[in-house]
Amino acid sequence: MIVSLRHGRVTLALHGLRPDAAGRALLLLHGRGLRAPAAVPKRVAAWPGPIWALDFTGHGASSVPRGGGYSVEILMADADAALAHLVSATLLGNGLGAYVALLLAGARPQQVRGAVLCDGPGLAGGGPRPVTPTVVGPIGALEAAPDPFALIELARDVRPPDYATSFVRQACQLSELERPISVCAIERPDWLAAVVEEPGAAVTTLTEALAHYACVPA
Amino acid sequence: MSEPAVTAESGLVPYPGAQAPARRRFVNSGGLRIAVHEWGDEKAPPLLLAHGGFDFSRTYDVFAPLLAAGGFRIVSWDQRGHGDSEHAALYTWDADVRDALMVLDTVTCEPIPVIGHSKGGSLLTHLADACPHRVSKLVNIDGLPSRARHPDVAEHERSRLLAKELAGWLDHRRGVANAERKPGTMDELARRRGRMNPRLSHEWLLYLVAAGAQHDADGWRWKLDPSMRFGGFGPWRPEWTLLRLPGLPVPMLGFLASASEPMGWDTTEEILSPHLPPDAEIHTLPDTGHFIHIERPREVVERVLRFLA
Repeated sequence: MIVSLRHGRVTLALHGLRPDAAGRALLLLHGRGLRAPAAVPKRVAAWPGPIWALDFTGHGASSVPRGGGYSVEILMADADAALAHLVSATLLGNGLGAYVALLLAGARPQQVRGAVLCDGPGLAGGGPRPVTPTVVGPIGALEAAPDPFALIELARDVRPPDYATSFVRQACQLSELERPISVCAIERPDWLAAVVEEPGAAVTTLTEALAHYACVPA
Repeated sequence: MSEPAVTAESGLVPYPGAQAPARRRFVNSGGLRIAVHEWGDEKAPPLLLAHGGFDFSRTYDVFAPLLAAGGFRIVSWDQRGHGDSEHAALYTWDADVRDALMVLDTVTCEPIPVIGHSKGGSLLTHLADACPHRVSKLVNIDGLPSRARHPDVAEHERSRLLAKELAGWLDHRRGVANAERKPGTMDELARRRGRMNPRLSHEWLLYLVAAGAQHDADGWRWKLDPSMRFGGFGPWRPEWTLLRLPGLPVPMLGFLASASEPMGWDTTEEILSPHLPPDAEIHTLPDTGHFIHIERPREVVERVLRFLA
């Protein structure tokens, strides 16, 4: 089952992998260049509630805009469109999706009931500070997912550690969860190394994190 | 220089010295239609001109003809979502710089002088750094970075400040599919713009409405994409732009405003001086706001032409 969501001029595909179960939804956010899985992945099968997965703008079954212009902030707004549909959710992000999950946990602290950050493509982004500037393009209008502009631009976004930790602190203060962020990723780019030092972030396993958030009240 | 009284394209509003572009065309940037406007002799040496955020090329209808009269082919473009360019799904700094390069590619491969106001000045500073082989000289009109920070607030207050900005922006994104600009009379649009441009005359703002708004059945609307929004957030820090300046590989002329106003950047020579490259000139104009080239078109053009000579 696919629900189509409008986000500005883009149509997003939100996949219901297990849409009808009772309880709070688990929302899967994919890594760079990827898309929603076709079925419930084994690693999250123990989640008691509904399971949904989003295709970000320019990926999977979501529409591919013309002319590029991707940012992780706009991907956060993609995930927020899914959150608006689900009302509240626990987020599970891989790679690029882990960073987006962290941002949304800080930006919607009442609706996000825990974010689980796992390894995957695009975890490091463009590093902690700007590098030599280059201009990307032109790239032919392929109109096929994943959008080549997305692959390049989302590998360049700068991720300063203190920017990442400001989202953890905000999630801590405003979510009333003791540990709004769970880090399962083994790779630790600078932003994630700073995140795990924050009081609201726990280093754990995926199984433990899912069991923990399944028990968090709405 | 002569001062012909030419009317805006719609013929509704005359303004002294204003001239509509001599040529208009479109450039394809990754599938997006970007509107290009040119003034002056097509065979004259080219010069690239970039407008500021929430503006459009035709805000140069007085400034560009004066520059063209100095012996240049002036090429300007409406940034994505602005003026006659297509409204995009996505907007970023990198995409704007790419659009600029796509326009420049249709003009010449040789290095040429570039001039930008506000965000346009900052975009072209970035372009000069990323593609130094395409830029010969840079003129930046009140688009040089300052080091403005949030007031020094306690950490928990800072969190709430960020939370408010983020939630406000996400709420805006949730409604953006149905957003449209508020219609009004020409006079109302001019007065609304006047709130952000308090130093510019009502006559000039009316001229801009005729050039930069469209007339729908229920009134006039700015062509600007309604999905765009002031402010925002993100990891970028003003210091990072300052870091680009010392190694800037081309001669730079920078203009700074001296009067503070809503759209201004409040950059001063004192902030900039430790970061300036050896060949830089900075001119701070007395009693002048952010739209320096609109308040003092002749004086700015004279200084620019001397710098380019």
